[in-house]
Amino acid sequence: MLKLSLVTCCFVLSVVIEGLALLDLGVSPYSGDVFHETPLIIYLFHFVVDYAEITFMLADVITAVALYLAVKDYNKQVFRKQKFALEADRYPLDCLELIRSPKEMYYIPLKVAMFYLLNPFTILSCVAKSTCGLNNAVIALFILSTIKGNVLLSAIFLSLATYQSIYPLTLCAPALLYLMQRQYIPVNFRRASFWWFIVQYAFMYLGSLFVIICLSFFLLGSWDYLPSVYGFILSVPDLTPNIGLFWYFFAEMFEHFRLFFLCVFQINVFFYTIPLSIKLKEHPVFLIFMQLAVISIFKSYPTVGDIALYLAFLPVWSHLHRFLRNIFLVSCVLLACSALFPVLWHLWIYAGSANSNFYYAITLLFNVAQILLVSDYFYAFLRREHHLTYGLYLKRKDGSEATLVLK
Amino acid sequence: MGLLSDPNRRRALISLLTRLNTPICLVCYMAGVAWFMGLAFEPFTLRTYMSENAMGSTMVEERFPAGERALATGREFAAHKKKVGGMPVDWLVKTMQARGLEVFTQSFSRTLPFPDENKERYMVKGTNVYGILRAPRAPRTEALVLSAPCSPGDNNQAVGLLLGLAQYFRNQIYWAKDIIFLVNEHDLIGMQAWLEGYHHTNTTGMDWSPLQGRGGSIQAALSLELSSDVITSLDLVLEGLNGQLPNLDLANLFYAFCQKIGVLCTIQGKLQRNDWDSVSGYSHAVQTMMLMVMKQASGRPWGDHGLFLRYHIEAATIKGINSFRQYKTDATTIGRLLEGMYRKLNNLLERLHQSYFFYLMPSLSHFVSIGYYMPAFGLLTVILLLRALDLWVQLATPPTRTEDGVADIEQSSPGVLSVLTPLVISHLTGVALYTLPIRFQEMAVEHFPVSETEAVVLTAIAVYTAGLALPHNTHRFLSGEGTEQGWRVLKLVAVLYLAVLLGCTALINFSLGFILALTLVPVAAFVTPHIPKVLSAFILVILSPACTLLFSVFFFQELQEMPVSFQDGWLLYLSVISQGILDHFLYGSLVYPLIALLVYPCWLLFWNILFWK
Repeated sequence: MLKLSLVTCCFVLSVVIEGLALLDLGVSPYSGDVFHETPLIIYLFHFVVDYAEITFMLADVITAVALYLAVKDYNKQVFRKQKFALEADRYPLDCLELIRSPKEMYYIPLKVAMFYLLNPFTILSCVAKSTCGLNNAVIALFILSTIKGNVLLSAIFLSLATYQSIYPLTLCAPALLYLMQRQYIPVNFRRASFWWFIVQYAFMYLGSLFVIICLSFFLLGSWDYLPSVYGFILSVPDLTPNIGLFWYFFAEMFEHFRLFFLCVFQINVFFYTIPLSIKLKEHPVFLIFMQLAVISIFKSYPTVGDIALYLAFLPVWSHLHRFLRNIFLVSCVLLACSALFPVLWHLWIYAGSANSNFYYAITLLFNVAQILLVSDYFYAFLRREHHLTYGLYLKRKDGSEATLVLK
Repeated sequence: MGLLSDPNRRRALISLLTRLNTPICLVCYMAGVAWFMGLAFEPFTLRTYMSENAMGSTMVEERFPAGERALATGREFAAHKKKVGGMPVDWLVKTMQARGLEVFTQSFSRTLPFPDENKERYMVKGTNVYGILRAPRAPRTEALVLSAPCSPGDNNQAVGLLLGLAQYFRNQIYWAKDIIFLVNEHDLIGMQAWLEGYHHTNTTGMDWSPLQGRGGSIQAALSLELSSDVITSLDLVLEGLNGQLPNLDLANLFYAFCQKIGVLCTIQGKLQRNDWDSVSGYSHAVQTMMLMVMKQASGRPWGDHGLFLRYHIEAATIKGINSFRQYKTDATTIGRLLEGMYRKLNNLLERLHQSYFFYLMPSLSHFVSIGYYMPAFGLLTVILLLRALDLWVQLATPPTRTEDGVADIEQSSPGVLSVLTPLVISHLTGVALYTLPIRFQEMAVEHFPVSETEAVVLTAIAVYTAGLALPHNTHRFLSGEGTEQGWRVLKLVAVLYLAVLLGCTALINFSLGFILALTLVPVAAFVTPHIPKVLSAFILVILSPACTLLFSVFFFQELQEMPVSFQDGWLLYLSVISQGILDHFLYGSLVYPLIALLVYPCWLLFWNILFWK
């Protein structure tokens, strides 16, 4: 029960097995209000239900390997771009210490893979047999195919990820930016090549999505999986406590305002795409990291597996650590909250001494710490870019030392 | 977020905190201790009040008449108990059936991991007898429990009163909940078996026969301990397993009825005093509160009620005390008090939840809630956070003395992996402390002339002391040795680990967390490899969990006004350790695993830092 609170009751293996059981009886698995997974998952588990643990472990291994290969390729490109910029003399002289060397970048892919595999959140997610592991594998494969520059595979994996849970739709923007960058298409609204590429990608993406949805229809013979899966994610009917922000709010809300707040909360996930894309259009991989973080904080049913996926990216930005300001506070709060989650759950549900307010307080604190972590990395990234353009030691007009303030 | 984003203000604040780190830590520690001591001062406490509306005003006249008959039944019970040499099951069944209850029995057996020397038992077998009084007009959805433990010599009057009350209750028509009259054998073990059977759980590995009759979900329970025909005062015992306390409304109910009927009531065996502004009055209140803190910190159930709390059932134990006072209360009055309490509990519409679950009581009419006592603990934890911040700043600034540019950059990033070796070794020692005493007791008994209980306790002490020798032996394996950064990183990790550990402990069991914080926070704050080794090693050992327990044993005896000599105190200490280990295996108390697996390795980390080369 405690594990289920951290990994969300709705997306666990036991629920999938219940869906399979209903299917075996000839009834639609969505008729009970418990099962909210997509038909492809049922189809997959129909074959591997006896080897479920191996499946989840394999999914984690696939994610780790995909992240390893992706980050290796990305590092090569970063280094190549840096070399060109150095040769073109685009960096001011005093920021040579910000330049990254191959030696420091050599172990980063391995660190990324280890960060993912050895993260206690990943292990917890695997032990609790949450289908989030499979979602992470699909997103990792999407990232790998995007970074390798394979447009078709990127579109296919993105449509699979969107099919599973709607939120990876926001990863369209960084994927488009990266692929355009790789193919030297300028990101300019007035150029025809820009729109032509978008049309191509959209066609591949929507086409594969259409194929997958129709495949699901033919698997189960009915369309009632659409309201059960997507209606469930969007309209949040199940308010079992989890580590997200939705459950407490909607538990105490009046019915009259439910739709309004639902729209507000859901728009919040998608809202940051456009501003972030505009700001980070030169750095799409960092944009992917930010989007993954935003999704896993603000989605309707987050689990610790989602958090593990974006935390795995942190070694890629380890060169930013000199610009990070709140990393100590954030890591202390994250650590303390992770330790307090089971304690307060126990006090609330088993001992009966605490109540939901205690648990939600920790949830809020946990999410605030995550937001602070992400915004800190954003600040550090932008600051490094600023220094690379304007020099490391800033001087005001009269020659005294200046400090950078984020307004 | 101006503080977090404005670099000038940040720098100023951080430099202030690092410059004044030690004075702030000292001030916080003294403030924390002073706040805690101030909790017992009466103007800082609140008067208790009934929060549950359903238990509000009912103008009821209690009419229980049969005190003498109850005492006679108690004498009969004693006679049959002596004849059978244990629990007189058949007589109890017959008597309860004669009173119109539905009677059932449950047999249970348990082999303890090692013999219990306090109660002289090893392979325990027994029977619980309980009778259910069905509510005349209501469906069987809720129940109340009145229990009296069957002990070898004592408590006969309690069983007699229980049977007398059963007969009286049977003739009344106003009961809306079933009442279960339970006589359990082997006190806590029998109670655990009954509760596990009632709730269909099996967490402690006991063998019990399934219960044939049930009564619905239990709303409240009272356990009676009465060993004399007349009493002078009634004592209320609240502390349960793992320091869990019943809802304060139950204590308020008891106090209200004692006022109404005119019986003297005490808590921790101490009567309330009115002179709070005098030194002796204040110290009396402090003693009462400290007794409650000690009892709660031990994590053991101090009455048969202690095991009910885990199942979300509010329960308390009422003890009758016969001391040298003039005014004596007879059994009829006690019966009337219990009748009144049960009539009030009968009126409950939902479980007791309105009042506080976390509180401290310096006296029966005053209490301190969690909002008032947590800041004392918070002040102690702030010391750890300040130290961690100080270490972080020290680690982040590059060292002033550098050999060459390359080494400078390498040293400036703290290697978290170098910390892993001491962590793993400390936790393995903790695991050894947890598992070895029980596992090797047979081997120890073969080789040394000690009993099994002594073997277990002495093995625990031996493993604990062996851990002290670790730093000298494991230096070869430590990878970060010889660097200034190495011990700083280890100390940072250890301080944060201790802060999180103490925080979680204080939430579940405040007293245990506070006592551990009092001794471990100074250790954590001031240990470095550069302080004088012999003196600080001595202080570290004095402040370690084992010595804290030793001092607590002596302190507890002092508080109860039964001070012991050093030899008796040492034997008491050994028995406390063995009881703690037994409580863990019998009832699932968490104090022993917490100390062995988490607190002791944390302390070992600080010991490692002290001897860092």
